[in-house]
Amino acid sequence: MTEKIVVDDVYKIFGPKPELAKELIEKGYDKAQIFEETGNTVGVQHASFSIHAGEIFVIMGLSGSGKSTMVRMLNRLIDPTYGAVRIDGEDITRMSSEELINLRRRDMSMVFQSFALMPHQTVLENAAFGLEVAGVDRSEREPRALSALEQVGLKANANSYPSELSGGMKQRVGLARALAVDPSILLMDEAFSALDPLIRTQMQDELLELQKKQKRTIVFISHDLDEAMRIGDRIAIMEQGKVVQIGTPDDIVTNPADEYVRSFFHGVDVTKVFSGGDLARRDEAEMVDDPNADPASVRDRLVQNGHAFAVVVDNGETYRGVATAASLATAGTLADAYVDVEPVGENTPLNEVLSRVAHATVPVPVTNGGGKYLGSVSQSFLLQTLDRTG
Amino acid sequence: MADASQYKLFAFNIGDGVEWLVDWIQTHLPGLLDGIAAAIDFIVSNLEHFLLWVNPVVMAIVITIFGFWRVGVGFGIFCIVAMLLFFQMTLWPETMSTLALVLASSFVALVIGMPVGVAMARSDGVERIVRPILDLMQTMPPFVYLIPAAIFFGLGKVPGTIATVVFAMPPAVRLTNLGIRLVNEENIEAGLAFGCTPRQLLTKVQLPLAMPSIMQGINQTIMLSLSMVVIASMIGAGGLGNTVLTGIQRLNVGLGFEGGLGVVLIAIVLDRITQTFGDPQKSGSGNGLWARIRQALTGSDGSDSQADSAR
Repeated sequence: MTEKIVVDDVYKIFGPKPELAKELIEKGYDKAQIFEETGNTVGVQHASFSIHAGEIFVIMGLSGSGKSTMVRMLNRLIDPTYGAVRIDGEDITRMSSEELINLRRRDMSMVFQSFALMPHQTVLENAAFGLEVAGVDRSEREPRALSALEQVGLKANANSYPSELSGGMKQRVGLARALAVDPSILLMDEAFSALDPLIRTQMQDELLELQKKQKRTIVFISHDLDEAMRIGDRIAIMEQGKVVQIGTPDDIVTNPADEYVRSFFHGVDVTKVFSGGDLARRDEAEMVDDPNADPASVRDRLVQNGHAFAVVVDNGETYRGVATAASLATAGTLADAYVDVEPVGENTPLNEVLSRVAHATVPVPVTNGGGKYLGSVSQSFLLQTLDRTG
Repeated sequence: MADASQYKLFAFNIGDGVEWLVDWIQTHLPGLLDGIAAAIDFIVSNLEHFLLWVNPVVMAIVITIFGFWRVGVGFGIFCIVAMLLFFQMTLWPETMSTLALVLASSFVALVIGMPVGVAMARSDGVERIVRPILDLMQTMPPFVYLIPAAIFFGLGKVPGTIATVVFAMPPAVRLTNLGIRLVNEENIEAGLAFGCTPRQLLTKVQLPLAMPSIMQGINQTIMLSLSMVVIASMIGAGGLGNTVLTGIQRLNVGLGFEGGLGVVLIAIVLDRITQTFGDPQKSGSGNGLWARIRQALTGSDGSDSQADSAR
């Protein structure tokens, strides 16, 4: 995995005496104290992380947590006070304004919360804005803008004005404008926050769809946990200008770094966040990779290893069945010992897995689309998971 | 009764100082004064010649068509009535002369005022300096600078135009400044994020988005120019102002009323037509005469008719 964007010990301190504020940050003062002492507002402090090429990286936090400042330092709409931001290895904080303009035209574009379309231009002209600024001829930029509009399903509205569009359509234009320059980095600042929930989900799906077709590095700012969980490959959580945790959605739900992170999950329905694959564990049962093995020898292995169940797979790890110590004792062949349990798919949401596990007498096996065994979900592990995230 | 001079701290006389300055400019900078006079005379005289050269009926029809196109049917009819009134009062030459003065002063005011407004918007320092000058220009009674204008440029259209420019420029400067400063922050960020240079940011984002406000400033400048017409005629600017002035001097109520009515009619026509340029939708493409007729017939302007269901 190549590191597309590296944020290295970045600080943003607004106000007259940043050196003083930085000293106080190092002494452990919080934002309010620093403002009282020095009149400086700390936007972002001591932020270090890297964003991989082709991932959707969500920066999440409440308002005032510094997430909008953070994303603006990635294209230097806001200059970091200290630290370096490297894109493809090059430190943009050292770039001249000319180099910076070239970078913005060539390789990164941005989508805004309030759309920020130009009201005096048509949808097509808006979509072509980045190309126009970069000096691309009309004959070349209009087809490119049109194909970007096609990607977001707005080709038919090319000659409308933004004021004639609904919010969802406006943001599609914003997205088309960003896609038209074909950047490898897309910065999205609360891009879907102003849309109503139904349109928002639809837009998230479309973003994921676009991402499947062409991998871009997307930095997505959000205050909405559901959104972050849905679209994020990894999530960084910010609080008071600090990055408090970075991880995959599952990591963050199961192992929140502190109370602040945990507090995000109040009211979040974890049964929608997790699916069968997230819960599958292989240490719940003995794995037997020979469907023709002797039932008695399998039973001996169970006793030896302290397991109550055996999961039988073939040598391609395709799931065959589950046997218990009791069923093995009476069975002639291993196939006769299989108990009646249907495996669940890896993408089955937790709320469905829940009822299956509750009613099964054995840990429920989880398979992927191809029937490969991934692990099992036992009642006790499921309860532990729910307890930890609840 | 106390003598007002007893509170004077210095022997220096402020009025004398101003007179000295006027004298000094007149004796040391005649070239500059002549240059300004020539430039302004060129604009006003040619504009007036042109407006008077066009056949009055043709001109009246052109103005009326403009009224129909930019504003609407009702206003078009108003334009017809206004043009007939000018002919009825036999004030057509005076009207064109006033129109030339107003358009020329507004033009000069905008050529100077808008760049100043842009500079003000881009720098707080410039704003701090220019703002009190604008306050001075707007509050100083026009008669006060009418005198030096006449001393520098003699009598006639040139000092009239210059006095009008001084009086009418401040709103163009202020509203250009305000319009640019009020452009939505995210639009500015969008411009920068897509790689605008400072110049591109101005021409592609700030000015277009400030246009409603700037047009309001232009409209105000034109209106203020018109309100200077009578005062400017005191130093020989001519036109409808002269008609009003003659009416006052001879106590001829009828003549004064005719001149005044003429000024009001020009004001209404210019105001309504220039107002329409401030609306980004109306000044956008696809809003020609035909589109307006079609809109009037169907009673819809196409907005909100396509919701997200278009997807």
